Order: sequence, then structure tokens, then C-alpha cells
Amino acid sequence: MATTLPPPQTVEEQPRSTHGNGLGGGFRHLAPADNNLRAVKDPAGEPARTGIWVGLSAIAMMFAALTSALYVREGAATDWQHIALPPILYFNTLALIASSIALEVARRRVAAFMRNQEASQSPATLWLNVTMGLGLVFVIGQYFAWLKLRSEGLYLPTNPNSSFFYVFTGVHVVHVVGGLGGLTRVMVKFRSSARSLRRSTIDATSYYWHFMGLLWLYLLFVLWLKL
Amino acid sequence: MAEGQVHVAHHGPPTSFIRKHVFSLDHKVIGKQYYGLALVAVFTGMVLSWIMRIHLVWPNSPIPGLQWLSKVGAPGGIVTPEYYLQLMTMHGTLMVFFVLTNAPFAAFGNYFLPIQIGAEDMAFPRFNMMSFWTTFVAFIILVAAFFVGDGPPLSGWTAYAPLSAVGGDSGPGEAVGQTLWGLSIFVFCIASLLGALNFIATTLDLRTKGMTLARMPIVSWAWFITSCISLLAFAVLLPACLLLILDRLAGTSFFIPSGLNVSDHLQPHQGGSPLLWQHLFWFFGHPEVYIAILPAIGIVSHILICNMRKPMLSHKAIIYCMMGIGFLSYMVWGHHMFLSGMNPFSALVFSFPTLMITIPATIMTLIWLGSLYGSNLRINSASLFCIGFISMFVSGGVSGFFLAQPSIDIYLHATYFVVGHFHMVMGVAAIMGVFAGTYFWFPKMTGRMMSETLGKWHFFLTLIGTYAIFMPFHYLGLAGNVRRYSAFTDDYLVPLVPVHKFITYAALFTGAAQLIFIFNLFYSRFKGAPAPDNPWECTSLEWSTPSSPPPFDNFGGQHLVVYHDPYQYGVKSSTGDYLMQTSPERAGETP
Repeated sequence: MATTLPPPQTVEEQPRSTHGNGLGGGFRHLAPADNNLRAVKDPAGEPARTGIWVGLSAIAMMFAALTSALYVREGAATDWQHIALPPILYFNTLALIASSIALEVARRRVAAFMRNQEASQSPATLWLNVTMGLGLVFVIGQYFAWLKLRSEGLYLPTNPNSSFFYVFTGVHVVHVVGGLGGLTRVMVKFRSSARSLRRSTIDATSYYWHFMGLLWLYLLFVLWLKL
Repeated sequence: MAEGQVHVAHHGPPTSFIRKHVFSLDHKVIGKQYYGLALVAVFTGMVLSWIMRIHLVWPNSPIPGLQWLSKVGAPGGIVTPEYYLQLMTMHGTLMVFFVLTNAPFAAFGNYFLPIQIGAEDMAFPRFNMMSFWTTFVAFIILVAAFFVGDGPPLSGWTAYAPLSAVGGDSGPGEAVGQTLWGLSIFVFCIASLLGALNFIATTLDLRTKGMTLARMPIVSWAWFITSCISLLAFAVLLPACLLLILDRLAGTSFFIPSGLNVSDHLQPHQGGSPLLWQHLFWFFGHPEVYIAILPAIGIVSHILICNMRKPMLSHKAIIYCMMGIGFLSYMVWGHHMFLSGMNPFSALVFSFPTLMITIPATIMTLIWLGSLYGSNLRINSASLFCIGFISMFVSGGVSGFFLAQPSIDIYLHATYFVVGHFHMVMGVAAIMGVFAGTYFWFPKMTGRMMSETLGKWHFFLTLIGTYAIFMPFHYLGLAGNVRRYSAFTDDYLVPLVPVHKFITYAALFTGAAQLIFIFNLFYSRFKGAPAPDNPWECTSLEWSTPSSPPPFDNFGGQHLVVYHDPYQYGVKSSTGDYLMQTSPERAGETP
């Protein structure tokens, strides 16, 4: 049954007409020997970009499940007691929106620097710092919101509304902290060797961050509506 | 298109022992680690099932040594009714999560998906490593439940609330054991999500030149579709486990209703919904069935085509059917809850898509059978297990028609009929797929052939044995034999005990037959005949690697180009009756 195989074919780099739709196969193997990445045009999707969308869909699914849990629990409840949302949430919301805007500015500055359109990397670094600062303001602000509820005697198990409030905001903050970790990674890479930062890395981080902002707007709406 | 975006090789060859064999970034090593973990889990689960089967028919006979595992649960080696349920819980959890999810999907998928699409590795090798080791931690947490407190939980692998949520009042193992269970599954969900993310990004982005989606082997498609299902299913179980843990540890009342009195203790909770847990769990639980079976479907289709030496009647139809099953799998979770007290009209709503799932499943079966008809099938261990898979898939699937209908399910619910159904269609069928995959890919994974003689003995004994175990389950169910009982002392159940004895003998026999497989696996690993590069004359890319096992970057620095779909069999070519995917030659053009 055994046979001798012909040797595998080797790739010849060929011009391609399609762009990044992934349908023609990924083009992983086109890094030139001198490792000058700027000389290479790669139309395939970047795993970091694809991965982040996939990850975000899982996160969206998780919050969809939590939302449906809230609806089912409310439907079964005789103990649904409305709580007043801590006003600091609205300030936190503004901080998160502002951080998204700052990150978008930073992303464009980074791209300009990488395209050699901008000589200094300081503006990009500044905007990344602003994003990070506003993100931290949001996280600390959420902590103050929890303190406010605690001061009113509303703890995690007090009633279903407070339970869902802590779960929704807690799970979201965990994800925001993950985003801050991603931002830190981007900043470290950008500072140590700006050229080693891939566009896809900062793009993926910013998609994630913007998604956290949108997700928070959605959660705030649900909390406001149901709790 | 932007410049500077190319994604070069992720990592160099491993140099240290730890990086090579323990915290490896190489998808092949990680695949083997998953396989090893699944092997440990499956034999643990099998031994648990032996203990249960022995206890069922000889409830008063001590099982030597069992008292060492649990003095309370098995005093003097005799299993208590509670400990029976604890063993059952661990059997189910180990088998569903750590065997049926890990072996066909994570193990083989990790090893062969990148190779089959011509990639050097997974898209995120570090995530991949984290994914395995997180799974390993989940396994350790789960197994630890045997050794702490009063043993593992007794709420079944479905951990139905509210008893799973209230703590120690609901029985032995429900204090620490159930918390460990929740934690283990929580961690397992994170691992599975990381894995699914990796599979999807790898499939979409790392295909080599010419490897269009349409040219991917069926089994790669199966892993891809499974990872999509996995991504959305585990994303629901994850928060469900979080809420369960909060109910247990933080005093919340997501799943625990008001006025619940357990073991004469009024539970300090109010307003929760036990049905909410069932909804969340089964929204994950039913897709989980397809997470187990779709990779096996892919493996079997891939191997069968190679051994039939001709294409399927339509391999694309199989891919579409898998997509259809994946889509429908999210609409049917309520069929596990016909008797849960939910609105009877919703039972009809869930019954309809459940019956619809039989359509793609039947189409696939007809394609397999129609393709096999008249083919000159090469009989070897792998192809035999494929036949075994089809047989089990059909035999177990047919009973699904009955269970999908609420009026019949009212009678059959929670009987051995259900146990027989899911063990055949989900458990044994998927395991048959894993066996087929093992016999088929072992030469590539190790560079050695497995013994065909032992493989065939293994197949026939396993096929006969599993039918002997699970077919009578259907009869027992029709006779009204309720599941989860630890002994049969009721008048109407006593006459069924001889059938149970037969099943117990069959289980011991079938389990013992697996030792042939284990022997074959380890003996062949070291002493098997050296494998040729392409022993099965198969066309897909894993058979184009320069060595067996493949080097760390899979293709030894060569970059493959794909010219064909992977099912160019029964053609005239310079290599014989098949064309490698990498061959630029056209069928019929013998140079």
C-alpha cells in the first residue's frame, strides 16, 4: 500500500488580485529573508484582527446570556425591588466614551508615525496615556459606585436587582481591566521599539476598547431600564 | 492594504525540555497533551461506570479497595445510594467535558487542523498552550472533589438547581464537591473559549496558498464549525457557572426559589428560578452534543473517502449538513425540559426543530451509505471504526425520533431509554470516531504503524460489546426502568435485574477489550513497524509533511501550494489512483 511521494511543491510568490477576504487562503509565508516586513504586502487577514472579532462575539454572547437571565429571573420574581443607580455611573460613562475618543486619536497618531508621516512618537504616546488614565478613572469610578450601593445597605445578595447590578458591572470591569492590560502591552511595545508594534495589535486593542464602551452603554441602558 | 502587516513564524524550535514537552507552544505537542488527558479521563470515567454497574446488580457486595476512596461513601467497599450518584456525576462530567469535548475536537483538531490547511502552527500558540493547561487545571479541580469533604457532588453532570445551589443540605458532596465542580466547569469554559477562538482565527487566516475554504478537508470544516458552536455555547455556560457559584458562596438567589426546605432547613434565599439554570445549561448542553459528534463526523467522512478510493456522493453536502446541524443546535435546548413544568406549547416549539435536525443527519447517513455502496472499501482498523461509527450513529439516532416528541417523551423521560440513546449517538459514536482517527493518524503522529490485527480485534469486540451494553438500555427504558436508581428493589424492577446483569457483564467485557487498544497504542509507539510517509495513500496536506511525526514547523520550511480539493480519488495520475492536494498535475494527465 505504501508509496513514495513526490516532494512537496514550494511556493512561488505570485501577484494576487484579491484583497484580504480570506477566501484565497492565508498568505503566511511571504516574509522575505532579510525580514524587512515593510517590503511585504500581505492581503490575508491578520489573526489578531480576526481573533478579536471572534473574542468579542463570545463576550457579546456572554452578556446576552446574562441579560436573558435577568429577564427570566425578573419574570419569576416576587422580590423585584427597584434600586436607584448611583449617579457616578453617568460620570464613568463619560470617562469611558472620552477614553474611546482618545484611543482613536492615539491609533491614528501611531499609524501616522508608522507610515513615517509623523516624526515624533510623543503625540501618540500622550494620547495612549490619556486613554489609559481615563480607563483607570472608569474602573475607580465603578468601585465608587459599588461603595455607594454598599452605603445604602445594598450588597450582592440583598435582592435580585443588586445581585444583577454587581454581576453586570463586575464582569464588565473585569473585561475593562483586560483591555487596560492590552493597552499596557501596546504602550510597552510602542515605547521599547515603535517599529515592532504591529498595526493589527493596536487595531485589535482599540476594537476591544471601543466594544467595551458600547457594551457599557448597553449595560447602563439595561440597568436603568430593569433595575 | 497596509504594509508591515505580515505575520511571520510565531516561534522557533523549542530548545528546553520544558518548552518541548510541558509548556509547549507546538500545536502537535498540545494536541497530544489533550489526547493524553482525554485518555486518563476516559479510563477514570470507565472505571467509575464499572463500579456503578457492579453495584447495580450486586448492591450488597463490597468492591475491594473502594473504601479507600471514600470511607463514608463506600463503607466496607459497599456503595451507598448517595455515593452511586456521586460516581455517576463524575462519570458524566469527565466523559462529556474531558473526553468527548477534548478528544475528537481539541486533541485531533489541534494536531491536524494547522497541518491540513498548510499552516506552521495555530494562530495564537501561547493561547493554545494556555488553553490546554487551563483545561488541565479544570481537570485537577474536578478530580480533587474525590478527596475533599464528603466527596464529589451528586447532582449529575447537569447540576440541576436548586439542589446544586443550596450547599451541603442537599446531600453528601454538595458542600465542597459541588463548589469544586462549578469552579472546574467555569475554568473549563475559559479554556474552551480560548481554544475555539484559536481554531477560528487559524482556519480563517492561516490557510496556505491555494487552500480555499472549499478545498479544506471535511474534517477541517468539522473542527471549524465545531469551534463556532463551542464559542457561543461555552460563552453561555460560563456566566451560568458564575451565577451558580454566587448562589452557593455569596448568598445570591438566582436559582433558588423562596421557601425552599431542604433536609429540614429552610433555605435563606428567595425568588430564584430553578428553570433559569436549566435554560442556561441546556442552551449550552445541546450544542455540546454536536461539539462531541461533529468532529467525529468529519473524521469518519475524511477517513472513509480515503479508504473507499472515491469521492463521497457529495462532500459539500456533508459540510452544509454540519452547518445546518450547528445552526439548529441552538434552537432545541428545550427538548431536555419537556417535563420541567414549562408551558406545554413551548414543548411543541422545541420539538419541531429537534425533528428537523434529523434531516441533515439523515442526509449525511444516506451519503455515507450511498457512497459505500459499490465501493471497493479498504478494510483496516480505521475504516472499520468508521463503519462502527455510522452504525452507532444510526442506531442511537433513531431513538432520537421518539424522544423528540413530547407525547412520547413523557413516558420515556428519565428512563434508561434516554441513557441508551445518548450513550450510543453521542458517547460511543464519538469514541468510535476517535478510535478511527487514532488508527488513521497514528503513523503520522509517531512514525510507526499500529498493529492491524489487534486493531481489528479491538473493533469487533468493542462493536459487539457496546451494542450489548446499550441496546438493552432501550428495552429497560420501555419497561419503565427509571435512571439514577442505585438498586432495583421495586416489584416492577426486580424482573429486569437479569437484563442489568447481562449489561454489567458486557460492560466489564467491553472495558477489558479496551486494554487491547491501550496495549496497541503503547506497544506500537515504541515497537511498531516504521510507517511510510503516506501509508493510506491519502491526499490531504498532513501526508505531505517531510517526516512522520512532522517537524516543529510542520513542513520543514517548505511552503505548500494547494491545487485541488482533498478528494481526488479514483483518478488516473502519476501517483496511482489519487492526486495529492499539492500536486499541480491534473487528473487524467499522466505525465
